[in-house]
Amino acid sequence: MSEVDPKDFAAYAEGADAWFRENVVRDPGFMLPLTFMEVGTDRQFDFLRDWQNRVYEAGYLGAAWPKAYGGGGLPQAFQNEANRAMRRHHGPIMLNAIGLNWTGPLLLDLGSEAHRQKHLKGILSAEDIWCQGFSEPENGSDLGNAQTRAVRDGDDYVVNGSKIWTTLGRFAKYMILLARTDTTAPKKYDGLSFILTPMTVPGVETVPIRKLTGEHGFTQTFFTDARIPAEGLVGVEGGGWKVAMRTLEYERGARGGQAGGHVAMGTNAFDVVNLASRMSRAGAPLLEDPLMADRMIEFMMEIQSLALCSQRTQVPALIADRPSGIPLSSKLMSTEMTRRLNAFAIRLTGQSGAYYVDEPGAVDNGIWARAYLNSFSATIGGGTSQIQANIVGEHVLGLPKS
Amino acid sequence: MTIDMRDLGRIGFTEDQATLLDLATDFCLRRSPISTVRRLMEDEMGHDPAIWQEMGELGWLGVAIPEAFGGSGLSLAEVVPLVEQMGRRLMAGPFVSTTLAAQAILVAGTEDQRRTVLPRIAEGVPASLALAEAEGNWDLEAVTCLAKAAGPGRLTLSGTKVLVGDAHVAQWFVVSVLYEGHPALVLVPASALPDGAMRREGIIDETRRAFRLCLDGVDLPDSALMDPALAQTGLRHLHLAGNLLGAAEMVGGTQACVDYTIDYLKTRTQFGKLIGSYQAVKHPTVEAYVAYEQARSHLYSAAHCFAEQGTGEIATRMAKAQADAAYSFAADRAIQFHGGFGFTWDCDAQLYRRGAIWHAAQYGDGAYHKRKLVSLLF
Ligand SMILES: Cc1cc2nc3c(=O)[nH]c(=O)nc-3n(C[C@H](O)[C@H](O)[C@H](O)COP(=O)(O)OP(=O)(O)OC[C@H]3O[C@@H](n4cnc5c(N)ncnc54)[C@H](O)[C@@H]3O)c2cc1C
Repeated sequence: MSEVDPKDFAAYAEGADAWFRENVVRDPGFMLPLTFMEVGTDRQFDFLRDWQNRVYEAGYLGAAWPKAYGGGGLPQAFQNEANRAMRRHHGPIMLNAIGLNWTGPLLLDLGSEAHRQKHLKGILSAEDIWCQGFSEPENGSDLGNAQTRAVRDGDDYVVNGSKIWTTLGRFAKYMILLARTDTTAPKKYDGLSFILTPMTVPGVETVPIRKLTGEHGFTQTFFTDARIPAEGLVGVEGGGWKVAMRTLEYERGARGGQAGGHVAMGTNAFDVVNLASRMSRAGAPLLEDPLMADRMIEFMMEIQSLALCSQRTQVPALIADRPSGIPLSSKLMSTEMTRRLNAFAIRLTGQSGAYYVDEPGAVDNGIWARAYLNSFSATIGGGTSQIQANIVGEHVLGLPKS
Repeated sequence: MTIDMRDLGRIGFTEDQATLLDLATDFCLRRSPISTVRRLMEDEMGHDPAIWQEMGELGWLGVAIPEAFGGSGLSLAEVVPLVEQMGRRLMAGPFVSTTLAAQAILVAGTEDQRRTVLPRIAEGVPASLALAEAEGNWDLEAVTCLAKAAGPGRLTLSGTKVLVGDAHVAQWFVVSVLYEGHPALVLVPASALPDGAMRREGIIDETRRAFRLCLDGVDLPDSALMDPALAQTGLRHLHLAGNLLGAAEMVGGTQACVDYTIDYLKTRTQFGKLIGSYQAVKHPTVEAYVAYEQARSHLYSAAHCFAEQGTGEIATRMAKAQADAAYSFAADRAIQFHGGFGFTWDCDAQLYRRGAIWHAAQYGDGAYHKRKLVSLLF
């Protein structure tokens, strides 16, 4: 599997480059989401679903997943190359992030043969959109305390309760659900189970929630005596916590095996430099202000350090002291940097920072303000930065639990 | 704006680097326990000649010296892991001074100087650099000390150099001067210095030795002049090499400082709990650790790309700036998180903090390098 024929590889790389150059539509005439968490309208959804499907059909998504499940059966290097081409040509995001990046690799890792047969292809083709039902109104960071109930009844679980902040909830056909199957387990973690849950059965209802940007993004999901087939159980009943933790490793990028593509456009330091180079204050180019220039350089150094840290993880001798250190801190490092960088970008726009999206006076159509507000999706979602700092402190540095 | 075309550096790691990293990790741990560091701080010499001799025998002084001159023909990329581990153990001695002096001779010396001095350095004879002056300009081309022709075939020097590392043991000094109106380098043997030319300076990092060097009356054959055509290249190379190796020491020191703090957070109890469980202490420690990993990534990118035109300078300046930020923050918090003990001489936190301040003052601090990066990148 890992042997790469340089000729095949070069041909594939060339093909990917050409395909994305030809097929990327950067401006479909309406605002495209910067991340999969921002998909709000049917127009956006239809466009992105079609885009993902075409990328998959062209062979540039799931290239490294096994052929038996709809993948390309190629070495990971091929998919990595496709990812680079996709970014290079500013391809829109991959819509089905929770399927492609979390559920898919999880099923390849811990799922049953039946799970893989049933779900992986639909994940790649975007036929089946997935969402994640972990957080609850009363239990977010303290996920182990989740209370949504699942009671076994014949071949089904009967589910009652509510999940919240469900990204893509309105569009999803399936959910990865963390539910309590045992209320008597002495340790709260031992009462949880992880179930692949259809969203289209009676008793499952989603209600949109309006985001801080004013758009609709995620939903609250209500379960009322919903009958969920028990065949969706991943791992053993009562073993859901471990499966959920493994899912989070995929989600946070601490573990590889994702189908590919990017699920967020990301803010590039060079884009911000470009912004700064277009701005002026009192008639002078903004980057001639030494304070602004100093901050800009710090961001470039920080972004460069993230790229270098990820390269370093490929050199075992250079991460020998704490091998999990960089993987476990990468979400914290990159999401916090992105948030600060977007806030800085708004500052660069000076008085125009007062304008918002679609107002003619807004610089770059207000994308910086929108990106900043949306950047909190990543510093809160997937485990907040404070929780990430606890994880790094406790699991990497060995500090006592808070 | 073509900035997005700029190569800011990348990670690469050779077998030789890996081998030397392993060796140095072990050697420095064994030869430089903190008790030794503290004993040597009180010692006038400041380092252990037996350990220095061992390094010479291991060939470490010749790592970046070509085989033709008695070295092993590698590069500064391979020196970086050695210096990183020395910095981690606060290991004293003239290793960096000597390595940089050899670099100067290699890059800007005459053929004769290379042939006579480099093999001696490769064997372990210490040497140093006399570049800084009281004015405190990190731009090495801003020199005021003078070299003047004094009769046929002779030169005399005048002026004063400061912060000359390890001058008490160095057998040669690479000295920057103005010669015929231009910056130049002169190779001065210790034997040419008059009595009383040297005074030990009181410096913030007591694991080191630095001296003020009065050049007045130093009289030399003009063969001591290094290649004038290469002086500017030599000074630029020294500036970047000094920053690269400085960053390496700092990254090593940052790691040790974070580890030292973590140890305390796992043993000290207050209010019935280990203090490391308090997030007001835990989260800044995580911040220090993350900054350390970023600094180390920058360091090994700079080491790998050092010889590349353009990218080498960018990566090196980033490495030094990030090392400054990371070491300063980690050591500052290390003092605070040791409480009253942190305020004492006996707590090692002060050693790291002083080391960070020393390094910021050498070859340029973070603010200086960021300023330089502005002109390189914007
Ligand atoms: C855009 C977005 C999309 C999301 N998508 C999904 C999704 O698809 N599926 C899903 O299940 N969830 C999703 N979430 C939910 C997300 O995982 C939770 O919001 C998050 O885990 C925090 O939980 P909470 O909202 O209950 O906040 P709380 O846990 O109540 O936290 C409130 C504040 O307290 C801090 N805090 C809490 N505990 C600690 C502690 N032990 N130490 C230090 N500080 C602490 C937090 O850092 C935070 O600042 C999404 C969230 C967002 C913002």
